[in-house]
Amino acid sequence: MPRRSPEERVKDFDEVALGFTEEQALREAERCLQCPNPTCVSGCPAQIDVKAFIAYIRKGDFEAAVRKIREKNSLPGVCGRVCPQETQCEAACILNRKGAAVNIGGLERFAADYALTRNLQVADRAEGNGLTVAVIGSGPSGLTVAGDLARLGYDVTVFEALHEYGGVLTYGIPEFRLPKRVVKAEIDSIARMGVRFQKDVIVGKTVTVEELFEEGFKAIFIGTGAGPPLFLNVPGENLNGVYTANEFLTRCNLMKAYLFDIYDTPIYVGGEVIVVGGGNVAVDAARVAMRAGGRRVTILYRRTREEMPARVEEVRNAEEEGVRFMFLTNPVKFTGHNGWVRCVECLKMRLGSPDESGRPRPIPVRGSNFAVNTDTVIIAIGRKPNPTVTQTTPRLKTLESGLIHTDSQGRTSIKEVWAGGDVVTGEATVISAIGAGKTAAESIHNYFTRILKRKGVKR
Amino acid sequence: MGKVVSKKRLGRGVVWMEVEAGLVAGRAKPGQFVIVRVDEKGERVPLTVYRQNTEKGTVELVFQEVGKTTLKLSRLNVGDEILDLVGPLGKPFQEKLYGSVVVVGGGVGAAEAYPVAQALKKAGNHVTAILGARSADLLILEEEFRNLVDEVYIATDDGSRGRKGTVVDVLKDLIAQRVEINMVYAVGPAIMMKAVSEATKPYGVKTLVSLNPIMLDGTGMCGSCRVSVGGETKLTCVDGPEFDGHQVDFEQLMARQRMYLEAEKKALQRFLEESA
Repeated sequence: MPRRSPEERVKDFDEVALGFTEEQALREAERCLQCPNPTCVSGCPAQIDVKAFIAYIRKGDFEAAVRKIREKNSLPGVCGRVCPQETQCEAACILNRKGAAVNIGGLERFAADYALTRNLQVADRAEGNGLTVAVIGSGPSGLTVAGDLARLGYDVTVFEALHEYGGVLTYGIPEFRLPKRVVKAEIDSIARMGVRFQKDVIVGKTVTVEELFEEGFKAIFIGTGAGPPLFLNVPGENLNGVYTANEFLTRCNLMKAYLFDIYDTPIYVGGEVIVVGGGNVAVDAARVAMRAGGRRVTILYRRTREEMPARVEEVRNAEEEGVRFMFLTNPVKFTGHNGWVRCVECLKMRLGSPDESGRPRPIPVRGSNFAVNTDTVIIAIGRKPNPTVTQTTPRLKTLESGLIHTDSQGRTSIKEVWAGGDVVTGEATVISAIGAGKTAAESIHNYFTRILKRKGVKR
Repeated sequence: MGKVVSKKRLGRGVVWMEVEAGLVAGRAKPGQFVIVRVDEKGERVPLTVYRQNTEKGTVELVFQEVGKTTLKLSRLNVGDEILDLVGPLGKPFQEKLYGSVVVVGGGVGAAEAYPVAQALKKAGNHVTAILGARSADLLILEEEFRNLVDEVYIATDDGSRGRKGTVVDVLKDLIAQRVEINMVYAVGPAIMMKAVSEATKPYGVKTLVSLNPIMLDGTGMCGSCRVSVGGETKLTCVDGPEFDGHQVDFEQLMARQRMYLEAEKKALQRFLEESA
């Protein structure tokens, strides 16, 4: 897929990957073998009928292609951009044996953008069934539940704590990887199916789960995602200039701090920037820092490149843009001047035997301390589950880690309350949150279908 | 939500505003706050809920014009809308019977101290209020406190009202006079809360302070409002805003409050020039 040159793209926040032209999409779709037993579908957590949608693209019927995707996924423009296809549908593509898999993500994005730029109404909705569902959180899992249930005729209201919808898609993922207009268009498309959206409502504070039931909601889905940032717990971590990735990205993505002259939210990005972590969030933060004034941006990761959880494509994008990496390195102390961070003391690490995560355990090399000068530090080592709902819903069973306990269908310990996404699994990918949303929506639908049948209600 | 219902000045640069907030009104407990975003380009800032009116569905906010955002807010007229208002946020103050308590309100902090004093009074405490400001024209809510609590002391830096000095001077006098104090609750500028905590520490008087760091989302997500309490990192928006004053690292809090000072100055100056 065509991308803008590193020299050009690092100067602004516009999208890096440009997407297929019609011609390119047709050519790429032609490569698909249309296998009798397609393996790609089983590789997709949203169970998109990949073979069928690509067949439509091959025929040039792009609208039918989006319609096909949307049967299973309300967020194709998002997924086409941020899913790790290389480990999912594309990993399962038979063409891998003969070279390169079909660029399924690129084709999904193409179809989604086709509908988006033409403002096509491509989502159908069943007749209303009068059942009201509250969805807490408008991130990928919540939007999926809302879209899937609206399609089945439910009356859905989505509650969002912030002033924009989209959750991590809006405050977390940068514009150059996922333009906000794409997120907004897909949310608009869900709203057109009759889903109501209410912002500035913090469930657990503004209204409780119990009160939502009292208001008449028949089912509740909790998709509140990840919450408080994890800290390194080393000296100097609260110095000025040390950000959590969450603060840094929220200031930039949600509040547009990089446009401070126009927007009111400030951010400080010094010349020398250190990012701590190895996931997608760390890579996103580093690339934002490159665009927001950082002259030299270095990612410190305690393992090696092989163990980095970030997408390979985005690591490559970052590298092309000038982001540097220091592997097998972990900060142990921050020191400053006049309250501002100036220096990071690090330890070299070596890899040991695998830990619980299955990855080799990083072990500090004694006496290997060294110092790196810095003006800005961004800590991107993960987040705890969002506690706002669990803290005020005593009947809701949680694990010791704060994650909400559910069964494989997303059912929680409270009847008629489901949950999914990062608040159940811990920090994961957009597509796994979408998968969890699909499972929960299906479970909610099965539950009410059973109840209605028992009551002899015909639909 | 967010329509300005009425507005007045309580003192020089101190504004009282009643705004529609149907979802928050009647839910905010003493010590809690809301986050507002004035307009599309605006930042998110926390503001104290001074009082609320459940039937009318309004909350009363008190704030000082210190930067671009608070100036923009104060320039809204009756009928104008605040774009976003969300809350109530923060852990509520736990009212209980301590015996004799002193509530210290510095400057605009008096507005946040008021509902706390009310709760303490309701719980049966003997409540003494110490209100302070730089000068008389900055002093707010004196009358309201006189109607609420048992004793009121006033201090101004320039002596234009009450005693010349600070709230801490008054507090030290009370302690020196061996007035029984079982708890001190202080809210105001960080430097004042620090001084209050230092004054009570040698006597082991339980001291609660309500912190006011820079905030962003207000739901515990971003970590910008972090503060060291007893050597542990806490998030003011969800773990506070109230903490044990003897455990708070005030130097760090004050440094973090200054983090965006340059940018804030720039924004304010530009705003004043543009709107001149």
